[in-house]
Amino acid sequence: MLNRILRVSSTWLLPWLLPLVLVLGWQAAAQLGWLSTRVLPAPLDVLKAGIELGSSGELWHHFVASFKRAFTGLLIGGSLGFILGFFTGLSRFAENLLDSTLQMVRNVPLLALIPLVILWFGIGEEGKVFLVSLAVFFPIYLNTFHGLRSVDKDLIEMGKIYGLGRVALFREVILPGALPSILVGLRLSLGYMWLFLVVAETISSSEGIGYMTMNAREFLQTDVVVLGIAFYALLGKASDVAATQLERHWLKWHKSYRT
Amino acid sequence: MDTRVAELEVSLSNGIAIRTTQLVKRYGEREVLHGLDLTVEAGEFIAVVGRSGCGKSTFLRLLAGLEKHSSGSISLDGYAAPGIHPDVRIMFQDSRLLPWRTVIQNVALGLPGDSRQVALAALCEVGLADRADEWPANLSGGQRQRVALARALVHQPRLLLLDEPLGALDALTRIEMQCLIERLWQQHNFTVLLVTHDVAEAVTLGDRVVLIEDGSITLDLDINLPRRRERGTAEFAALEGQVLHKVLGAQLCPN
Repeated sequence: MLNRILRVSSTWLLPWLLPLVLVLGWQAAAQLGWLSTRVLPAPLDVLKAGIELGSSGELWHHFVASFKRAFTGLLIGGSLGFILGFFTGLSRFAENLLDSTLQMVRNVPLLALIPLVILWFGIGEEGKVFLVSLAVFFPIYLNTFHGLRSVDKDLIEMGKIYGLGRVALFREVILPGALPSILVGLRLSLGYMWLFLVVAETISSSEGIGYMTMNAREFLQTDVVVLGIAFYALLGKASDVAATQLERHWLKWHKSYRT
Repeated sequence: MDTRVAELEVSLSNGIAIRTTQLVKRYGEREVLHGLDLTVEAGEFIAVVGRSGCGKSTFLRLLAGLEKHSSGSISLDGYAAPGIHPDVRIMFQDSRLLPWRTVIQNVALGLPGDSRQVALAALCEVGLADRADEWPANLSGGQRQRVALARALVHQPRLLLLDEPLGALDALTRIEMQCLIERLWQQHNFTVLLVTHDVAEAVTLGDRVVLIEDGSITLDLDINLPRRRERGTAEFAALEGQVLHKVLGAQLCPN
């Protein structure tokens, strides 16, 4: 019994020990005056700022603005990536037509496009959504293409023998076979999505978490800046958890995803 | 009266008769089959043996319609084979089950409508009805092959092509599977073409053992032993020895 408790607590609680010690140390350092609040505010002050901004509704407003941007971008870039990957993955003609062009564009460092994006779209909403879309497009495109291409040929042959038509073959064999790879693409692109959102919001905006932190920087409100950073981290973690849940659900047949 | 006789004949042998004449298959320059002539009667169990690379699997793939022959002809029940034939099913060395479908969904693959009952009946025949809702990954190799067999049976094939389906199984599971295949063949009366590299297996199951060497048939031996063949008997050993001797030829004892 004691052993069991120890084992359970070591798998569930042990990972939290180090963060807890760090935060406590940080709080102590701030309170003892070793750490200037202009460099780094105390964790409790960040929490207080969070409660304040949260109760005034301001935090929620910025959160929704950022969330909308991120997922609009994901929706546009992700579906384009999936659709193009679908075509190039299934047809040699589409591959020859599109793939080398897309691979060339992929090699452009996307953040280098920011000056152009500002010229094209100004500093409005479109530019930010464009950047996020562009960032999520490639991981999803590449992994969809690769996933469809690497479906076991033997299984496809088997499907044909059993009289599956093109649609049934896609539904029963090709898509499920490509799904693990497509989900890897989704996970990667979620990472890029938040990264590009931060960059886009930091350039200029009038709402969103990036705006909140940049604005706070002007007034030296380090607690709000840290709050914003923590929020980005939280959003990143939340979307990663969501992607893991999707994998668990869709890939439950797969040995590596079984719980 | 005549129609009744005809009906009786149909019910006696549900299988497809095969005839190949001067069947040739080339991959580029390389000729794999050089004019294969084989006649198989409806309902017969033919065991095809040969060394690896002799063309026996290619022959089976041609019969299944998975590949096109270069020249010569294949006729099934007197008609030229039209590519993949709905009454022909093939089983491979690997089970080729879809890992993302449960056992029963795999068996029901390609069946129209709500086919759970039919699929369950087929699983019953191979003794795996209790594993219907599991993932294929949870089954052993032998069980997976039995599921693949059920998946082939559910379509009531008239010709079953078996491409070394027992090759990857352990010796005991193989013997079990051989009994199962024999029983199902006797029950359903389809034609079976079994490709194997195991001569004992060929002699156990085949009405005829056909040896393919370097793309041609070099031996076509009737096995007239009564069924449920015992491996230990002298006749069995003699037939097995005859085939083995022919396969190994002069290289029987290199030392």
